[in-house]
Amino acid sequence: MYRCITKINLYNSAILSKKCEPLTFLTNSRFLQTETNYNIKEQVFDGRPLYLDAQATTPLDPRVLDSMLPYLTSFYGNPHSRTHAYGWESEEAVEKARTQIANIIGADPKEIIFTSGATESNNISIKGVARFYGAKKKHVITTQTEHKCVLDSCRALEGEGFKVTYLPVGENGILSLEDLDRTITPETALVSVMTVNNEIGVKQPISEIGRICKAKKVFFHTDAAQAVGKVPMDVNEMNIDLMSISGHKIYGPKGVGALYVRRRPRVRLEALQSGGGQERGLRSGTVPTPLAVGMGTACEIATKEMAYDHKWMEKLSKRLIDQIFGKLEHVIRNGDPVQTYPGCVNLSFAYVEGESLLMALKDVALSSGSACTSASLEPSYVLRAIGADEDLAHSSIRFGIGRFTTIEEVDYTAQKCIYHVTRLREMSPLWEMVQEGVNLKTIQWSQH
Amino acid sequence: MSRVQVLALYKSLIKESQKFDSYNYRNYALRKIRDCFRENMNLTDNAKIKEEILGGQKNLEIIRRQVFVGNLYKTDKLVIEMMK
Repeated sequence: MYRCITKINLYNSAILSKKCEPLTFLTNSRFLQTETNYNIKEQVFDGRPLYLDAQATTPLDPRVLDSMLPYLTSFYGNPHSRTHAYGWESEEAVEKARTQIANIIGADPKEIIFTSGATESNNISIKGVARFYGAKKKHVITTQTEHKCVLDSCRALEGEGFKVTYLPVGENGILSLEDLDRTITPETALVSVMTVNNEIGVKQPISEIGRICKAKKVFFHTDAAQAVGKVPMDVNEMNIDLMSISGHKIYGPKGVGALYVRRRPRVRLEALQSGGGQERGLRSGTVPTPLAVGMGTACEIATKEMAYDHKWMEKLSKRLIDQIFGKLEHVIRNGDPVQTYPGCVNLSFAYVEGESLLMALKDVALSSGSACTSASLEPSYVLRAIGADEDLAHSSIRFGIGRFTTIEEVDYTAQKCIYHVTRLREMSPLWEMVQEGVNLKTIQWSQH
Repeated sequence: MSRVQVLALYKSLIKESQKFDSYNYRNYALRKIRDCFRENMNLTDNAKIKEEILGGQKNLEIIRRQVFVGNLYKTDKLVIEMMK
């Protein structure tokens, strides 16, 4: 049996019991406490949690799995084998997938390289370009809100003697184009800015950045793992030289990604991995046929259904936001509310500790930020970069809506969220003070 | 393609999608099928109609296979399904 965590019994010592008024808007019997004593220990949930973490990963689309299965069973040839039919049929499938991926970003299939995921694509782009042109140009520009793998690749370059500028972003999470324009020097080899932020969903002005980079003859890389298949992307219109794409963020399989590398004018890279010289020598290693096929199908579906899916995300995120903002005060939406991807809603609930809220919301799979950093209790560096106060950075939750999310799931999540935020606030002395009109920032906390 | 055949395809697609074990796949498939047929309700171009029908038939085959695969690896129901 494929049973996962089904009965979740919560033992959270911090929030064991507290008097709490039952909320009338929660119609379900599970919420309606017969007695007013809430005890989180007694909250045993039947069934699997709902999934609202679409930025961490997405479920495989059944159509994607259907296209992959033949290559996991009957057609197992190595796509690089040139001497027999097993190789040819796999090669044909891989090339079809390459075309499907190229189509979604307006590229030529020859410009697509299969990798193991967006992390590898980012590593190859940043380290590869910097090292290739490193003899003449020793400067790389990125932003403070990039994904960990971009920031870490830049740190590695700093160790090799490169100068890296980490541009700040505004309170809305968007990079200032003047700042970028000013920072580019004749020494600059590469600018790397992500398209859609994985934590706050903010969309950077990619076309404008592309234009600036083209004018200044600097290579432009964008980490579009959260953007491809969700918002329209065109490498030529947007003047993008390198682009990282992930398979599992667009309902494709995990363990596969792609890198777009412009051919005209040619972008040259130093490969990170030595081997058989597959993928134009930029990424040696056998291309995993089933994964590549899955990613291709995922891209084809996304191309056809982008507008349909986008409309659905807009509808659901509006529904979620309206419900939460309608019932709760002191909720802050992180990141620009307009220049954003609607499937990612990052909210800070003031006077509530994010981790306690996540604990209480065990029947909904949510995250306070990126999955890579979800093990640490440190507040997100992205939220710090947009100038969120420490306490608000600690109280944030990211709601990730996907193609397979339903209205019912959004309603359930919103109701539970409202219920638990209200409950946690009622036991908070800070909230009590706020209700009495005390400005918390003026308090001199005594040291013990 | 007659109206009857189109309706028969619609019915089979809905009927087959209702068999998805996964709550999310089932609801997505039903929503998508309904929206798709509604969107194409007033198509008049015969070539376009034929193309859509062919796509629908292909999807019906995919749904049949994936319902089967889904049933091989069943999970427990989601919390909201248990509420009903």
